[in-house]
Amino acid sequence: MLFRNFKIIYRRYAGLYFCICVDVTDNNLAYLEGIHNFVEVLNEYFHNVCELDLVFNFYKVYTVVDEMFLAGEIRETSQTKVLKQLLMLQSLE
Amino acid sequence: MSPSVRLQEMIRVIRSARTQGEERGLIQKECAAIRAQFRQSDNGARTHNLAKLLYVHMLGYPAHFGQMECVRLIASPRYSEKRIGYLGAMMLLDEKQDASLLITNSIKNDLSHSSQHVQSLALCTLACMGSAEMCRDLAPEIERLLGASDSYIKKKAILCAVHIVRKIPELGELYTPLACSLLSEKNHGVLHSAVVLITELCERNPDTLRQFRKTVPELVHIMKGLIMSGYSPEHNVAGISDPFLQVRILRLLRILGRCNDAASDAMNDLLAQVATNTDSSKTAGSAVLYETVLTVMDIRSESGLRVLAVNILGRFLLNNDRNIRYISMTSLQKIVQTDHTAVQRHRGTIVDCLKDQDASVKRRALELSLALVSATNIRTMMKELLVFLSTCPPELRAHTASGIFIAAERYAPSQRWHIDTILHVLITAGGDVRDETVPNLIKLITTASELHCYTVLKLYRALITDISQQSLVQVACWCIGEYGDLLLKGECDDIEPMQLTEDDVLDALETVLQSHMSSPASRAFALTATMKLSTRITNNVDRIRSIVSIYGSCIDVELQQRAVEYNALFKKYDHMRAAVLERMPVIDKSSPGDTLGDLTGEVTKDSSLSKPVPGGSTLPLEPASQAFDLLDLLGQTDTVPEASHAESAAAPDPAGPSTGRDLLDLLGGLETTVVPSVTVYEKGGVSLKLQCDSQTETAVTLTFTACNSTQNDITKFTLQAAVPKSIQLQMKAPSGSVLPAGGHSAITQTVVLSNPSKTNLKMRVRLSYSNQGMVCQDTVQIDSFPSPAWT
Repeated sequence: MLFRNFKIIYRRYAGLYFCICVDVTDNNLAYLEGIHNFVEVLNEYFHNVCELDLVFNFYKVYTVVDEMFLAGEIRETSQTKVLKQLLMLQSLE
Repeated sequence: MSPSVRLQEMIRVIRSARTQGEERGLIQKECAAIRAQFRQSDNGARTHNLAKLLYVHMLGYPAHFGQMECVRLIASPRYSEKRIGYLGAMMLLDEKQDASLLITNSIKNDLSHSSQHVQSLALCTLACMGSAEMCRDLAPEIERLLGASDSYIKKKAILCAVHIVRKIPELGELYTPLACSLLSEKNHGVLHSAVVLITELCERNPDTLRQFRKTVPELVHIMKGLIMSGYSPEHNVAGISDPFLQVRILRLLRILGRCNDAASDAMNDLLAQVATNTDSSKTAGSAVLYETVLTVMDIRSESGLRVLAVNILGRFLLNNDRNIRYISMTSLQKIVQTDHTAVQRHRGTIVDCLKDQDASVKRRALELSLALVSATNIRTMMKELLVFLSTCPPELRAHTASGIFIAAERYAPSQRWHIDTILHVLITAGGDVRDETVPNLIKLITTASELHCYTVLKLYRALITDISQQSLVQVACWCIGEYGDLLLKGECDDIEPMQLTEDDVLDALETVLQSHMSSPASRAFALTATMKLSTRITNNVDRIRSIVSIYGSCIDVELQQRAVEYNALFKKYDHMRAAVLERMPVIDKSSPGDTLGDLTGEVTKDSSLSKPVPGGSTLPLEPASQAFDLLDLLGQTDTVPEASHAESAAAPDPAGPSTGRDLLDLLGGLETTVVPSVTVYEKGGVSLKLQCDSQTETAVTLTFTACNSTQNDITKFTLQAAVPKSIQLQMKAPSGSVLPAGGHSAITQTVVLSNPSKTNLKMRVRLSYSNQGMVCQDTVQIDSFPSPAWT
């Protein structure tokens, strides 16, 4: 799980692997939880998300990513807040 | 952005392509269409086109022609276009692209936009791919936004600031004053980002670090609030309130408390509280606990806290989740250097982890186990490690074997145990051990003289069961050769006796010789062992002779050479065979020539035997522990006290002379530079000088130099020497037997005297030469030697 001077932390959900690349000094378990948080938000946003949802709506996925992670750090941990934002953005488009 | 039908259509079509070629073709068509449309600057479909382009980019195809389009879209006033434009910018542009500079202005404008969504887009992009120049330009804007009231923007601005600080550390000073005030925010998101910013600032700049130490009490207060607070639905993850924030704060505390006692004291209570109160049944709780442990280890905490931390790690080891076990072992590895005893308590659990299914867990457990081996637990640990060796995956074998060897060497309770352990490893994993294991083991066996019988019986048994492990075969052959007589006696205290006939033993060695599994080195070992047995056994010498002569025509040059020389040993030098094949003395570990003797053990034998007369056999008898022997490798060896005669034998070993030179270089200090020489004989124009070359405790090397100052050449010049019975004499071959007239050149002859009992050295030398047809002989007694021989 070591890659150059980073670590790769991954979690498997059915057929998909969600990978995060972090520094060697970071806390593995915390980011594992971060992955889970992210997947839960995706689930809520797309209403029982599946792989095809992610493929066809990749730009929306990027929006979610931007809401939750920024500059390489976790930005928002509260799922309710993230979802509120996402719905608002969706109404704009 | 409303999902474009064409976009989804395109994705579906691409995904249904059955081959790579088909997919490429489709994509090329689409890209061409997109390029055409970009050029038209068609307003409606721009977003869709760019979206399609981004999809294509994600698949890995070149999409750089979309960069200018991104720039154009960003500048557009519509939100949806801006959105896709910024997304494109984040994906397609990076520092190296020139187009990134073009969007700086757009970002600047957007940062002051009225809509916070637009602002946030701009901030995102800046944080994602802002280059150093962009950051410099926009830093003041960010600073302004940091003071903004909206927490949504504030969060993003703070993280943007983090990115800027990473890119340009100097700008950190700009944000320091604001960062302090941000800690008093209520909003968790802002707090989290603020903590990240402070962490980043502290890591870059030690002055800032000192400044922020004052905030430790505040941080402690926040943490306490988090732990104590009840259920908070917004930030709750598996029962822990905002574990992410907790982890972040702990990390910051770690940085602040490192190498600083005052700060560490303030944190001690908090850490103890977190450690005891947090529920570790879910990953979230374990994450917080793990961070706590890391913090405790790093700061100057009290020992009770450290023990608590190690116990937490021990508890992790028992957890079912493999991830948690893995990271706890990683941390224990770091801790075992400093807090050895604390980790010892969990040794049992660690050893159990050796049996885990997962390869990386096994690897960690192995490293930890090797680090935990100590004199008290060596026997139990070794048992476990040996079991592990037989079941471990092949990539870990070599590491395990070498680890076991090191541990055994350091903590072996008895020699027999040590030998048993090494044998066990060789039998299980002989193919994966390092090369120096063989000579090391041989050295060990020779030192354990009372165990020879036991060892050789065990090795014989191992050999007849399996001859595929080369190191084992080599050691076994060597031992059988050396201690064959003990093997045939068949009696031994510690192990059940085995009645063997000489034929059995020879059969075993022959199997090794003939098997295609044996490496050339093993064959060489076996051949030499067979030869040695010729003196140890009585009945089957003919069989041995026939074996040896068969290999005289072997294709392998090394074997052929040995066989031929051994043949010569049988035929011409039969009287010396017993002396040559005597048992080897114990190899002395400390002498400098030792490792050389081991490494070049085989080559030494070769180079000595490659010299014309196989009488250079004193070399195997006294392996390089006697330093001056190495000079033999350079000079022509000759122990026959008569004049030497050149004889061409098998092809000289090319490696011999060069190795000899290397060995001598390594032992450079052997050659003395200025040594006084004494004239011991001077008569009739012939003079003999004596020079002491080198001297050890029990041996001295002398060089005789003969010079001729007459008008005539002197031929057939020989020296003979005699010494008292307690001293052993070895004369090397002289450089020649002709002394040309006029003293132009001299004959030198090296003599080695070995004096184990350190008696007074006396020598009688007889010269004989032929001068103008007349044969002259003279004797001279040498009682005193140039340099202090023995005091």
